[in-house]
Amino acid sequence: MNSTWSRFNITAVTLGLAFLYLPIVLLVIFSFNASKLVTVWGGFSTKWYVSLFHNQGLMDAAWVTIRVGLISASVATVLGTLGALALTRYTRFRGRMLFSGMIFAPLVMPDVITGLSLLLLFVAVGLDRGFYTVTLAHITFTMCFVAVVVQSRLVTFDRSLEEAAMDLGAPPVRTFFQITLPVIAPAIISGWMLAFTLSLDDLVVASFTSGPGATTLPMKIYSQVRLGVTPEINAACTILIGIVTASVIAASIVNKRREVQRLRDEQAAQRG
Amino acid sequence: MTNVALPAADTATAAQKPLPARLAAAFVSRLVIIVPYVWLLFFFLIPFLIVFKISLSTTAIAMPPYAPVLGFGDGISGFIDGLKQLSFDNYVWLTQDALYFNAYITSVIVAGISTFLTLLIGYPIAYGMARAPASLRPTLLMMVILPFWTSFLIRVYAWIGILKPEGLLNQLLLGIGVIQEPLIITNTYTAIFIGIVYSYLPFMVLPLYSSLEKMDHSLIEAAQDLGCQPIAAFWKITFPLSIPGVVAGCLLVFIPAVGEFVIPDLLGSSRTLMIGKTLWTEFFTNRDWPVSSAVAIILLLVLIVPIVFFQNAQARAQEAGR
Repeated sequence: MNSTWSRFNITAVTLGLAFLYLPIVLLVIFSFNASKLVTVWGGFSTKWYVSLFHNQGLMDAAWVTIRVGLISASVATVLGTLGALALTRYTRFRGRMLFSGMIFAPLVMPDVITGLSLLLLFVAVGLDRGFYTVTLAHITFTMCFVAVVVQSRLVTFDRSLEEAAMDLGAPPVRTFFQITLPVIAPAIISGWMLAFTLSLDDLVVASFTSGPGATTLPMKIYSQVRLGVTPEINAACTILIGIVTASVIAASIVNKRREVQRLRDEQAAQRG
Repeated sequence: MTNVALPAADTATAAQKPLPARLAAAFVSRLVIIVPYVWLLFFFLIPFLIVFKISLSTTAIAMPPYAPVLGFGDGISGFIDGLKQLSFDNYVWLTQDALYFNAYITSVIVAGISTFLTLLIGYPIAYGMARAPASLRPTLLMMVILPFWTSFLIRVYAWIGILKPEGLLNQLLLGIGVIQEPLIITNTYTAIFIGIVYSYLPFMVLPLYSSLEKMDHSLIEAAQDLGCQPIAAFWKITFPLSIPGVVAGCLLVFIPAVGEFVIPDLLGSSRTLMIGKTLWTEFFTNRDWPVSSAVAIILLLVLIVPIVFFQNAQARAQEAGR
């Protein structure tokens, strides 16, 4: 194969990545700006980070967001993994069309519709809006993303491993926990992380389904952004970007190690 | 592989198991389907029916702010009475007020133009990535995905500081003397285009990349050996083969962009009307739940064709991967 990476291709990728990263880099740089004006450089300072940590409203919102994210991502991962198993392992059951439709539709459904419909459900069943309604809403729209991520791994899964285990007398449930789960674990971990960041990120669905006392960080940031761009918000954003970047890189390193280990094990098994 | 002999062995072991164990296994396997199914029915499908129901009710000054319709509490006769009370006033209202019609049309046009621009920018990036040395590809892929993990709101917010009249872009352009007056970009459709292209670019690049990467490069070489110019070879071979990726990418950008709220709200103004923002205003500012429900139902009807198209594409990809 002709593998020379032409000048055109290098330029396209470089410009593309620059376009993707430049705004974020500028945002991070200006969070260290001493000047109150976000766009005029007034020297290096970390004072916005200090004032950020003294902003009780933002800190409370951050804590709500993290709790919503942890709970909803964990429940969504269980439900999404079950959904992925149902889609890949059971090719025919009553209402499968509807089921796969309900898994794929939320991926592209505009947030405003998801948020409005869930709010009206909560009102209809008489649930007070607050922490738990936001969490339920986040579970619902993130579980579909988990299902798609896990499903794409399950499709390429070599089922002869499972069949071998069952031939050797392992019951289905044990086969699942000892064979299937370890193999699809990387996909489940990335599914969890995707669900967590989607929950951390969500403004629209949370605004509809939240109530008094359950203001999430995006809602707080949004209400301040409407009043104008401030370096304090830049600082809050920088911290969020830092957390997400660090965890995504860590997860990819862990996944890569596991993958290398798995390949080695497979080679060893084939030799031995 | 030993796959061929396995089904027979499988049934043999199943027959040897005691009945309770088999029943338990059957129950567990049902549960795998039932739990997510019931969850999605309750939290995804039923809410839509409620939205539809409320879109047919009338506004009331109460909490919740709509007149009750179609309760099942009064038995069959009450249900029939309820049917008579259903009002399509909200839908009539939507057709009579030009504001809503314009907002729908504008949203579809803005989303369409943005999708095309995203394709235009995303294609060379995906192509360049697919032609990169194999060892570099996972890193490039990771770098394209990474911004997608950082908050949507933050990424849109970052553009305000760049695009506003005294922002970084204008400072730069004024500084190097390209322009004399600061450009007014925020609060215009241009800003919304930039916001959508920027936010949704990874959704376009990823499906394009995966279809371009799978492509057999020897086809291009064969075409070039036979005297085909590189550009002609691209349009005759590469592009047609990447159509599934183009379709998937365009749908992934177009559908959410039509109902987008954050981007038109933060980068646009009250003059750049889009339907997601209209729904938000109806709901939060005017507190008109029936009308916002009707807006949502019509938005769903506008999007139903591309959504079904997207689902079929997904299902086909899933069958192909099996």
